[in-house]
Amino acid sequence: MNENMENRTEREEMPERRHGFHRGGKDRHGEGHDRHHGERHGEHREGHDRPHRGDKFLNVKNLWVEYTAGKRVVHAVNGISFSLRKGESLGVVGESGCGKSTIAKAILRILPDHGARIAGGEMWFKGKNLVDLSEAEMEKIRGAEISMIFQDPMTALNPVKRILDQVASVIRLHNEGMTKKASEAIAIDMLKTVGINEDRVREYPHQFSGGMQQRVEVAIGLSCHPDLLLADEPTTALDVTIQAQVLDLIHDLMEQRGTTLILITHNLGIVAEMCDHVAVVYGGEIVEYGTKREVFKNPSHPYTIGLFGAVPSMASDGERLKPVEGVMPDPSDLPAGCKFHTRCPYATEACKDGKVPVVDLGGTHRCQCHHIEEVRAKREKEAATV
Amino acid sequence: MSALVELKGLKRYFDTPKGKLHAVDDINMVFEEGTTMGVVGESGCGKSTLARTIIHLQQPTDGQILYKGEDITYPNRKQLRKLREEMQIIFQDPYSTLNPRYTVEDTLKEPLVLSGQYEKASLDKQITKLMDMIGISGRLRMAYPHELSGGRRQRVGIGRALAMNPKFIACDEPVASLDVSIQAQIINLLEDLQKDFGLTYMFVTHDLSVVRHISHNISVMYLGQLVETSPSKELFAKPLHPYTKALISAVPSTDIDAPRQRIRLKGELMSPINPKPGCRFAPRCPYATEACHQPQQLEEILPGHMVACCRARELNEDLLAKGQEGEGNV
Repeated sequence: MNENMENRTEREEMPERRHGFHRGGKDRHGEGHDRHHGERHGEHREGHDRPHRGDKFLNVKNLWVEYTAGKRVVHAVNGISFSLRKGESLGVVGESGCGKSTIAKAILRILPDHGARIAGGEMWFKGKNLVDLSEAEMEKIRGAEISMIFQDPMTALNPVKRILDQVASVIRLHNEGMTKKASEAIAIDMLKTVGINEDRVREYPHQFSGGMQQRVEVAIGLSCHPDLLLADEPTTALDVTIQAQVLDLIHDLMEQRGTTLILITHNLGIVAEMCDHVAVVYGGEIVEYGTKREVFKNPSHPYTIGLFGAVPSMASDGERLKPVEGVMPDPSDLPAGCKFHTRCPYATEACKDGKVPVVDLGGTHRCQCHHIEEVRAKREKEAATV
Repeated sequence: MSALVELKGLKRYFDTPKGKLHAVDDINMVFEEGTTMGVVGESGCGKSTLARTIIHLQQPTDGQILYKGEDITYPNRKQLRKLREEMQIIFQDPYSTLNPRYTVEDTLKEPLVLSGQYEKASLDKQITKLMDMIGISGRLRMAYPHELSGGRRQRVGIGRALAMNPKFIACDEPVASLDVSIQAQIINLLEDLQKDFGLTYMFVTHDLSVVRHISHNISVMYLGQLVETSPSKELFAKPLHPYTKALISAVPSTDIDAPRQRIRLKGELMSPINPKPGCRFAPRCPYATEACHQPQQLEEILPGHMVACCRARELNEDLLAKGQEGEGNV
């Protein structure tokens, strides 16, 4: 048994003793290889056999989320399904208003109390259906097992509390009976991991730069060693060099602890760097899904191709960008049929109504489109002429 | 091509309780007519202050600004009035810079009315023409900013800047707050307008792939100082300053087959208040030596490619050698 496994076992069974913040799990490859199955029903504790990239550990099935404002119903998430194994990472890509942040909030069950509801579906996490859990049960999972890094650190941190208190209080919340001193020791250790020196931990958020604030958020997000980390545009507000530091940090922590990551972003470069799988979201639906290689090498949905066409490439020679024309439809007034047909260059009558088939493209690659053959043919033709 | 705007030793300092904040420190830059100069750097490096100082939203502390060869560092009223027409700015956040109580028409009308050059009838025509130019359909003429999407708001911001037929536009992170596909639409629009009207842009951004795409020349700033300036493609092919190299290496690439070698920078920007003399990047620079604590001079190492690093030559021997062989291909 290595240090990491002992650590986790102790944590599962004796939470009050979970003091030391050991940087365990550096040798994650040496962990037990016997995989237990049937975890969905919760008999097995993750901690016992925690195979890296083992069983399905998050399984979202046909998730629907809607917001109501007066008589308007906003269909934010419309039947999304995906699953992740332990230690995997998923990049959720899409533009504002596509419902990508709502997915993360639904998993953590932090949708606003009024007007938002999970209208259907299941979210299995370590054998429990998160949709069915009570608020009290959810409270225990938040922060400890699933945690989230928000986009804007300025609004996510409490401006009138010292950095150290903010990190330590999260640790105390999930470790009943822990003394203030002990929690602060862990917090200081955690802050050090994210590169914040001990002599600055008693400062307030406004005294920190944006990059450092974001690192505090990462520290809070990781302070209870979550198994699942939801990162909603974690680096959007940051400069490139600081962005690189924060991504490195998340990457290191994934390596060390086998944390599963859902990274929500509109930056394809970040997905290329951080994620194993990619889900492209439009109008609250996953329009294309696959491994990074499948999607980046073989983008098949017209919207995915539009996204790639919109990013100025570091390799191209200043050719004109080819973005998707038009704007994202209002989520309270999504078109029937394929949600993308109003902007799609391939749209035909068939796209305007009815269900769009999900085409299996081999491997894990799937794409929701009527015109995959044409899209492919066109792309291959273009590739040939270049 | 002639220089439209020229900066000579431009400085803009701010007084703070702790001392002088060197936001823009001794900047020399030339904006060739009809081209785009990209200015990149991290937040706090003074790139926005530089843009604002050039168009006189800030008073320069020292140095010179030349516009068409004329010294406009401290313009009189008449000069300023003319400059306000010819030099314009597009701001980052299209929401907070549009008057929420103004419709699209009001926003575009205001500068036209103030100029006193338009009769009532021609005013209407001019607004229609502007809306056409920026791709806002006529039905949105009476729309308020909150009714517009981010991309459309930014188009209105661009329209307002274009109203007086300016020659020079400072674009301060004009696409940073937009979604990628909208960002691409705005970039295409800016490029089209430049082609049609021969505009000169100063394009301030922290997004290197955008700046590479749109700029003819790029200047890299670090803590108020210019560390490198070069034709756009050459900067990416042959970055000479260690900071430029780190910056370029930090951009996540969508090419999954070519994982980049990232240069990890330690630490953060030092304080721009009363900075020590010498290279301001030295505390984070992996190649810093004693000599770096002396003030650095901008030196032309390749044609049109200047760098402020005393070790630039010795650190880039391989790149420079390549330059001599393949000069034509750059």
